[in-house]
Amino acid sequence: MTQYLDFEKPLAEIEGKAEELRALARANEEMDVADEAAALDTKAAQLLEDLYKDLTPWRKCQVARHPERPHCRDYIDALFTEYTPLAGDRNFADDHAVMGGLARFNDQPVMVIGHEKGSDTKSRIERNFGMARPEGYRKAIRLMQMADKFGLPVVTLVDTPGAYPGKGAEERGQSEAIARATEACLQIRVPLISVVIGEGGSGGAVAFATANRVAMLEHSIYSVISPEGCASILWKDAEKMREAAEALRLTAQNLKELGVADTIIPEPKGGAHRDRPETIAAVGAAIETLLKELDGKDGDALVQDRRKKFLDMGSKGLAA
Amino acid sequence: MNWITNYVRPRINSIFSRREVPENLWQKCDGCGTMLFHRELSDNLKVCTSCGHHMGITPRDRFKGLFDGGIFTEVEVPEPVTDPLKFKDQKKYPDRMKSAQKSTGEKEAMLVATGEIGRTPIVAAAQDFSFMGGSMGMYVGNAIIAAAEKAVELGRPLVLFSAAGGARMQEGILSLMQMPRTTVAIQMLKEADLPYIVVLTHPTTGGVTASYAMLGDVQIAEPNALICFAGPRVIEQTIREKLPEGFQRAEYLLDHGMLDRVTPRTEMRDELITITRMLLGLSPAIQGDLPAPDADETTAPDTAEDQTAENTETEADVK
Ligand SMILES: [Zn+2]
Repeated sequence: MTQYLDFEKPLAEIEGKAEELRALARANEEMDVADEAAALDTKAAQLLEDLYKDLTPWRKCQVARHPERPHCRDYIDALFTEYTPLAGDRNFADDHAVMGGLARFNDQPVMVIGHEKGSDTKSRIERNFGMARPEGYRKAIRLMQMADKFGLPVVTLVDTPGAYPGKGAEERGQSEAIARATEACLQIRVPLISVVIGEGGSGGAVAFATANRVAMLEHSIYSVISPEGCASILWKDAEKMREAAEALRLTAQNLKELGVADTIIPEPKGGAHRDRPETIAAVGAAIETLLKELDGKDGDALVQDRRKKFLDMGSKGLAA
Repeated sequence: MNWITNYVRPRINSIFSRREVPENLWQKCDGCGTMLFHRELSDNLKVCTSCGHHMGITPRDRFKGLFDGGIFTEVEVPEPVTDPLKFKDQKKYPDRMKSAQKSTGEKEAMLVATGEIGRTPIVAAAQDFSFMGGSMGMYVGNAIIAAAEKAVELGRPLVLFSAAGGARMQEGILSLMQMPRTTVAIQMLKEADLPYIVVLTHPTTGGVTASYAMLGDVQIAEPNALICFAGPRVIEQTIREKLPEGFQRAEYLLDHGMLDRVTPRTEMRDELITITRMLLGLSPAIQGDLPAPDADETTAPDTAEDQTAENTETEADVK
């Protein structure tokens, strides 16, 4: 059963009616509801298409955060083989908000690293809702450097509301950990590709996404601050998140225009959560293409490519 | 100048303590409430002569106190695209910029300069908290890149004074992208084996701390500076508990291993001279005020003569 978002309410009503009809028919064999139910299905399909054709930035935020959207773990399970998780920062702890390890992608050994938000109450708490602490970034640094040493490409999957704002996280150097992770992204002499699969939240995302190629799912977002946070600072009212989401230009489409995202991966009609296998396959295809693009480039070229990409970034703004 | 501190102030305080004073001549210390005469305060680099509280200081004032004879040459910063997102909250971004420019007299939130400290040539960059909270946007990113490139070109260390509430939201994702951009700049310095010294001043928070401000070879902070990624209010809302006294202040970070040193602003120049000269393998410096270098450094807006004139005037005024 899909969890409907607030703007999908009319859709929920129609799909609910169709479901009721079918339940009625199952209870009463003489009743023929096929035509009516089919008509409702058609109407629902049309409405879904209309709703998702031109999502507002705020609605995209909602879709990007949908609890049933495929998460890092789902992609790793489906797209990689021999996944061997590697844990810990060798200093303080293992951060479960960040998962990563050795794996094969199309038989090629790679290092895969990503934020994991969790899929039910228990795992969400265990994963800290995908909000990493310094240990998470330091684990990522360790894995990136290992990949660098053994010449393995790095694939990162970005999906975080942001770095965890906690007392211990600050005491153990949240900012230093993020800065060093960004530095590690820029230093490694192997291909680094990044896919924003849901939420690219601020510095916590940059620490993983300072990559040679950045792909974004069609309804994913990537922003300097959450729309709610921006609204409470600039509008002094967290309820102005719709306006803030609009102003921040955080959609994949805006980011492509600004040169921050290189590719947009299309999502199934009605968003990634309505057809998880199709979404995961599309992400797999994109990773394959991007890895191929970087294939054969030597370490210097990869480092220079990354540097140039970020130094040039922002040389043009959005068209009016 | 000690006679002012010891003798004149008590009388001045009694005259002015409960009265409105002209804004520009006297400033009340946020730390202890003492009224401080503006010239005395600027001579002491905006550090309260009574309690040692560090007030905000503009990059220009900081550089005047930092460089030999107050002489420095500004480094040109490439202009970024204006208002790349056409950002509008309750105000338009260009309007916010204009009012910040008007109130500060500066173009943007960072000043880059070359000059000498204790006869040691350096490049310095300083962030201006009074300009839109020092926020890091494209210009600040360009300034740090320009500073690093200049340092590499001249083979000099870079000393960076950070002060910012974080990223400039009005530049959205492009402000966030200054984290990797400035990190590239710092890598250029490291590859050239040039010292990069960060002086964290109050406040340095958000994305700024999670990039160039935390990547120094040596990390020094001014006393009591707030230095954090997530601000105390956000943390208190998240964990629903009161934070300990001094949390995220310079001394707390020093205790937690995040800084090399906490150094008062009035001792900072000598310390920077000492450290840079050792890192560069130079002989010990002659400490104290030095006249402006005579050769190639061209004059900044205020010349050494102006400085002297101002100092004389200060004393004369009080007499
Ligand atoms: Zn005071």
